[in-house]
Amino acid sequence: MAGRYEIRFSGSGGQGMILAGIIMAEAASIYDTKNVVQSQSYGPESRGGASKAEVIISEDPIDYPKATSIDCMLAMTQEACSKYYKDIKKDGILLVDSEEVKNVPEGEFSVYTFPIIATARDKLGKTIVANIISLGIITELTGIVTRNAMEKAVLSRVPPAFLELNKKALHIGFEKGLELKKG
Amino acid sequence: MAEKKRILLQGNEACAEGALYAGCRFFAGYPITPSTEVAEALSVKLPKAGGKFIQMEDEIASISAIIGASLAGVKSMTATSGPGFSLKQEGIGFACLAEVPCVIVNVMRGGPSTGYPTGPGQADVMQARWGTHGDHPVIALTPAYVQEILFETVRAFNLAEKYRTPVMILYDEIVGHMREPIVLPEPGEIEVVDRVKPTCPPEEYFPYDERYEIAPLAAYGEGYRFHVTGLNHRQDGFPTNDPATIQEGIKRIIRKIENNRDDIMKNEEFHLDDAEICILAYGSTARSGREAVKIAREKGIKVGLLRPLTLWPFPEDTIREVSKRARVVVVPEMNLGQIVYEVERCADCEVVGIHRVDGEPITPAQIIEVMERYK
Amino acid sequence: MSGAAVAVKKKLSVPFDYSKYIRPGKLPHIWCPGCGHGIVLKALLRAIDKSGLKKDDICMVSGIGCSSRTPGYVDFNTLHTLHGRALSYATGVKLAKPELKVIVITGDGDALAIGGNHFIHTCRRNIDMTILVYTNAIYGMTGGQYSPATPVGSVSHTSRYGNIEPPFDTCEMAKASGATFVARGTAYHCQELERIILEAIKHKGTSVVDIIDSCPVYYGRMNKYKSASQMMEMIEKNGTISVKQAEKLPPEKLEGKLLRGILYKVDRPEYCEEYEKLIKKAQGKG
Repeated sequence: MAGRYEIRFSGSGGQGMILAGIIMAEAASIYDTKNVVQSQSYGPESRGGASKAEVIISEDPIDYPKATSIDCMLAMTQEACSKYYKDIKKDGILLVDSEEVKNVPEGEFSVYTFPIIATARDKLGKTIVANIISLGIITELTGIVTRNAMEKAVLSRVPPAFLELNKKALHIGFEKGLELKKG
Repeated sequence: MAEKKRILLQGNEACAEGALYAGCRFFAGYPITPSTEVAEALSVKLPKAGGKFIQMEDEIASISAIIGASLAGVKSMTATSGPGFSLKQEGIGFACLAEVPCVIVNVMRGGPSTGYPTGPGQADVMQARWGTHGDHPVIALTPAYVQEILFETVRAFNLAEKYRTPVMILYDEIVGHMREPIVLPEPGEIEVVDRVKPTCPPEEYFPYDERYEIAPLAAYGEGYRFHVTGLNHRQDGFPTNDPATIQEGIKRIIRKIENNRDDIMKNEEFHLDDAEICILAYGSTARSGREAVKIAREKGIKVGLLRPLTLWPFPEDTIREVSKRARVVVVPEMNLGQIVYEVERCADCEVVGIHRVDGEPITPAQIIEVMERYK
Repeated sequence: MSGAAVAVKKKLSVPFDYSKYIRPGKLPHIWCPGCGHGIVLKALLRAIDKSGLKKDDICMVSGIGCSSRTPGYVDFNTLHTLHGRALSYATGVKLAKPELKVIVITGDGDALAIGGNHFIHTCRRNIDMTILVYTNAIYGMTGGQYSPATPVGSVSHTSRYGNIEPPFDTCEMAKASGATFVARGTAYHCQELERIILEAIKHKGTSVVDIIDSCPVYYGRMNKYKSASQMMEMIEKNGTISVKQAEKLPPEKLEGKLLRGILYKVDRPEYCEEYEKLIKKAQGKG
């Protein structure tokens, strides 16, 4: 891999976007051995509003820490999608929650839609793990981290009581990611 | 030997780790964005290390408490941001004059006033220099990477202890909140400096002994019943109205920093040797500057970066030197022009600033655009 | 017979030697003739002597003002800090080295106005320290301006038409804030004050002593007192009543009088001791 790979996780406060960013950063830097910078921006509210977390992954040392030319973006709400999609680069990837984002932006990037939150609710009974499903999908769509690294990263970040739940969520993500990639 | 384990840490968490490594065992603070994680981390880790964390009733109480704790012989730190930094200024002046080692972290956000708490800024750099009233010395360090925050926090404590002076660590919200993989140093891996304590009998002890540039500092409760005041004082620590003693006292606290510039100064120089354009940047803005150098060099532009890690005292000599070779010094900073004027004061060539205060970082593209005009 | 016995007793009593607590060469002090601060200092030194504390184990911390110059004269570990901030510096000293006995010398302006926030929070924590508030109802060092303890109607250099701000009751505030020992004394009742300060020093937790004291040069002159001694008598003697005497009197006889003595004393967990428990818990030894 040459140069920078930029991922943006966006949604509203409380959806675990920053945690998703941290897990992605740990997968890439601790369990794989790349360089990463993870950053976030958020408003005054802990819940609601538009929040985003960014992860830059590179074989080389990373200086500029913010995303400017995004390889992959996740949008969990319409507000975040509309606010943040413009930095997606040509041939980049946009993954949206199909129930939340009805007005999917158009551009020279690939769009993948999937009812992420609904899947978390219907299949696992917990919308809280929607972010983990997203991580599974993104792992497959981008290939930027290995499945193994991502699984280790997820499991090291969640409380013991929720290991199985998160593992299931991640694997649902992996499967859906593969399906989406195949088209 | 197995490679050391990397961990992903936030800048503020790395600051806490650096403090612990340096032997900090007392932290007093007050919650404020974007520095709060320093306090949160130390509230967990200090008691484990047998140290004390206290959340004081305000920012002024916090700086006051760390000065008190330091005089009792314990390495101490506080951390804050914008408004809190303003409130701490009087205490910083006390620590300067009374020569009490302590570390003050300012995670810079947008200002003035409440400003933009969750956005980055670099507009406190002149306040760090001149924020407290009266003439006084200042040491301020400006790390830009998470690993570097850890190292520079250790260095801040070392300088504070060595020079009996408050040392500030200034980094912005971007670096404070970002996460990068870092390696925690093993004990003994980096030098840790402890203050020099007196060995003379108590009756011969002067806390500001004129025979020294930096006198040994006793701790309260160890047999040296000395006096500390924020008034101009004599070598024995007691107040004076003698004009010569007052002036000499102030000059000495400034001299002890100026005379030791070689030890205190630290810069990163990146592609500077043949640079016709020099970018001078600090903190997260320097990361943009470094990126800009890498991109511009690929285009054949002879550009280099001078990155002060010690911003105060100011790297006057280095800038003079660099500016003899360069056509222009470009100074990007997240304020409307502060360090750029210091550079103008020292540089033998044209100086141009790039400034923004909208809470967004200065991008490499912005810097390259300015450099294109000078290539 | 009894007269002879008294005479013998008098011969045996040795005057208290203050010099062992005074730093050589640091007197004369800055206090004006007629000021009560010297009387309070003497009571404090006698109390410290009776407490048995060693000079090395005492840290005396002050803020800014006339009373706050005290630490400069006495032979302890001493710290003269910023206006209002003595309690915060003292908190740092105490928490860093809990084995020190911390005594804070402060005035009504220092403790209650600019340092009011620190005062209530120090009391709330119940950190082990003795706070002596020298209440002379005026800012003396800056030349006589009204303070949070100045009575309504009093004249000062910033209340020329009479003060319209009601004063704090320092003891009530200390108690409400969580101090576990609250007392009041005066410079006039100097032996009683010595006993009160000794009890305050011996108390584990935050102890506050409100010490009614007179500033004849500013407060006295502007408020038509004839002399320092007359001022002491009117304010400190006639304006106060001991708790014990007060118990015997009907409420109407107590009007306008401040209570003297130990007004409140209770046991509550002390901050530094609680912190040691917290450390054990954090280290998994709790």
